[in-house]
Amino acid sequence: MSNLLIIAIILGLGVAGFVLGRQRALVSAGGDKRNLHSLPIYYGANVALSAILPATGLLAIWLIVQPMAINSAVSDLISDDSISETGTRDLVMADVRRVAEGLDRAVQTGAMGADTSFALDAGTDDVRDTLASLGVALGSDVTPETLAAGQRYRELLGTGNLLKTLAVIATGLLGLCVTYLRTHKDFRARNTVENGVLLLLIGAASIAVLTTVGIVLSLVFNTIEFFRLYQASDFFFGTNWSPSFSGRGQTSELGILPLLWGTLYISFVALVVAVPLGLFAAIYLSEYASKGVRSVAKPLLELLAGIPTIVYGLFALLTVGPLLVEAFGDGGLFGVSWMAGGTAVMTAGLVMGIMLIPFVSSLSDDIINAVPQAMRDGSYGLGATKSETVRQVILPAALPGIVGAVLLAASRAIGETMIVVLGAGAAARLSLNPFDAMTTVTAKIVSQLTGDSDFASPEALVAFALGITLFVITLGLNVFALYIVRKYREQYD
Amino acid sequence: MTDAPAPSTPAVPPKGKSLLAQDDRTKRRNAAEKRFRAYGIAAISVGLLFLASLLWAIVQNGTPAFTQTFVNLEVALLEEKLDKNGNRDIDDIRKVSTFGYNPLINEALIVATADIETEVEDGDLKKILSASAAAIVRDFVIENPDRIGETVEFRLLTSSRVDGYLKGRVTREDLARDKNLDAAHLDLIDVMVAAGAVERVFNWDFILGADASESRPEQAGIGVSMLGSFFMMLVVLVLALPIGVAASIYLEEFAPQNKFTDLIEVNISNLAAVPSIVFGILGLAVFIQFAHLPQSAPLVGGLTLTLMTLPTIVISTRASLKAVPPSIRDAALGVGASKMQSVFHHVLPLAMPGILTGTIIGLAQALGETAPLLLIGMVGYIASNYPDGIASGFLDPNSAMPAQIYEWAKRADPAYYERAWGGIIVLLVFLLTMNIIAIILRRRFERRW
Repeated sequence: MSNLLIIAIILGLGVAGFVLGRQRALVSAGGDKRNLHSLPIYYGANVALSAILPATGLLAIWLIVQPMAINSAVSDLISDDSISETGTRDLVMADVRRVAEGLDRAVQTGAMGADTSFALDAGTDDVRDTLASLGVALGSDVTPETLAAGQRYRELLGTGNLLKTLAVIATGLLGLCVTYLRTHKDFRARNTVENGVLLLLIGAASIAVLTTVGIVLSLVFNTIEFFRLYQASDFFFGTNWSPSFSGRGQTSELGILPLLWGTLYISFVALVVAVPLGLFAAIYLSEYASKGVRSVAKPLLELLAGIPTIVYGLFALLTVGPLLVEAFGDGGLFGVSWMAGGTAVMTAGLVMGIMLIPFVSSLSDDIINAVPQAMRDGSYGLGATKSETVRQVILPAALPGIVGAVLLAASRAIGETMIVVLGAGAAARLSLNPFDAMTTVTAKIVSQLTGDSDFASPEALVAFALGITLFVITLGLNVFALYIVRKYREQYD
Repeated sequence: MTDAPAPSTPAVPPKGKSLLAQDDRTKRRNAAEKRFRAYGIAAISVGLLFLASLLWAIVQNGTPAFTQTFVNLEVALLEEKLDKNGNRDIDDIRKVSTFGYNPLINEALIVATADIETEVEDGDLKKILSASAAAIVRDFVIENPDRIGETVEFRLLTSSRVDGYLKGRVTREDLARDKNLDAAHLDLIDVMVAAGAVERVFNWDFILGADASESRPEQAGIGVSMLGSFFMMLVVLVLALPIGVAASIYLEEFAPQNKFTDLIEVNISNLAAVPSIVFGILGLAVFIQFAHLPQSAPLVGGLTLTLMTLPTIVISTRASLKAVPPSIRDAALGVGASKMQSVFHHVLPLAMPGILTGTIIGLAQALGETAPLLLIGMVGYIASNYPDGIASGFLDPNSAMPAQIYEWAKRADPAYYERAWGGIIVLLVFLLTMNIIAIILRRRFERRW
């Protein structure tokens, strides 16, 4: 039975439970709801919730555990020989799954009887062709072993699904019956329902934690796998990045240093653009601008923050890059030939800087506004001009917050992907020339993982090691920045 | 204004000078003041200049994508070519491939240009047409087999080079190295434009159509990926809004001050700052590698974007819950409501406009996000089929608007750059609409307490 149908049945049980529970409560109160402990809907909701919640919980757990259990049971059937032939256990298992799905589909569409599908023999029947005619493409011919594993997989899946359906519906019914029988006019239905709702709320709040756990686990496990195939020290201290395409017998050099250098260089250029512009804009808006100017200029600047990064990427690739080449390229405006192509550190850095201006300016604006007016008044009273007040009183007072804002902007710049994928180039190199094409950690994560579903080669797994590096760096910067900002806030609040 | 002297020197202005004349130091300080102010104005102007040039680049490069050049051509649907048996058997007609239609179209072009003096050889005439022309005629014939034998007027796409020439993107110099089209073709086109046979009209197919292969930029549209984005946003809305609101209600109204609450709070604020690409890695590892959900499916994209959008929604929802004054809660509790009732019956409805505003802004962010989609495989192929139904809309491979734009930006043909800019205009129109709705919601319903 399909999962959707099971869910529909559970929901049906819930609705039935609601009606029944409400009725039973009213009957026990003699039809007068003033005799009830709670409002009638709470009795209904109580029965409905206890029919739905445990059953859906069970279904969710079952859906996660069953594939794992079946996978491990079936993969025991595959000998190490066949694994060495095709490459990895994952690939063989993918084939097994596809055989099983193909046969199931054959039975479903009526191309094959259920009995014949189980009686197939890899030696005599051409399973691959049969499946191909049904639109299931297999990577290689079906060996008897794969077929046997596939059949076992189907059997287990069938039993598993049957058990799942029975267990889930039974849980739903059980929950319904038990709470239905407990429903009585003195039963504290509201308290029970509210506790249930509270549990749901806590569950929703825990998803944030689960996400973090998911990020960390998916990164850590794959990174460990990567370091099993590739020396960790070569990764962290290697100065050469030249991945070969897996399966060609070449060895890849996967050193992170050129990528980190590119990342930091581009972020540095971006901050050189964004910090002065953002800071001066914030100072002007908060200290000098009239209300009218502020109400126009501030939203306009913040518009820059609302534009998707793909737009900036395209802007870098197609507008800024060619412009810079015209200025600094061979035979360009300045008569220098520093720049060979449109994609370069400068291109990506400049555009990223534009993107970060509103980020720096609105954070600094908040921080400058948080400096108490008394400090300004004191400074003016001593005869200081506005700019002297800003430079000698406000900025020192706001400095920790501004540093925090700059760090947050830096973390944004380091994690930015689309601008560097389109604007910075693909060559990993350690160079000082800002007009050279360089690449970054994020750009390489994209190029190593895009469209790849095989996570066995170091060339694909390296992306996870890059990801964890990126995660740790940005997380560190964020935690540090928030710490500084928070500490500063305590001084004046 | 006089100078503020240091305490060590007596505050007596030098004799013989007027109080009204500024001394050097005052002048310097005033100049510094002016300079400082000018820096601020310059910074803002530079920022706004960047904004203006960005928007200018988008509008200037993107608007041509919304018009397309067509040729009106009378094609004779010869019976002996299309239906040799003459019995209008649809299976026989289907057997004629697009190659079978090329001679007909070529013949039509020769007829159409018969009066025009041109250096283009007859066999080369079809270069001005898109490669899709034969398929369009074929589709028409299969749908209307009874019109075989007649001469039917078709509106056919021109090739992207011709289109580019009329839009000013392709010049005669460009064609010197281009074997797809010669300058002679362009002379021909000039005459045809003057005669009204070639015209540029608004191109609905760009907004509603499917992506096309690398060699046919004139045919590519953003419609299918728009649907992909739509299904993703549906997933995000259905999951992120209830979960986000539930989490915020717990944290804002019920959570006790303990380690677990702290952990959740720290987590949420950190998740908001995790680079989006890391969410892509998470989606790849959990939904595709672990859960074996189909690659490139809007469902997976939606789940990944949900995780990414949750912190945004939680943060804005908490802010709007916080904005509801405690007196509302106290009054509800005072008349006998339970804590849960006071929150769900009184606080939440009052906070709803703020929550919706935050949700729309979160959705807009998710709509424009590209990096996670690259990792879960929503690029690298041609999104050429509309989904068949609701389920296939969620589960069949599709692209999304930003991923489609990225895909076009990577293709070699400059005609695709125009499409990419045009796609950005479509995307920005969506974002702008969502943000305007958010602003209107805020203006109309938000209360000041």
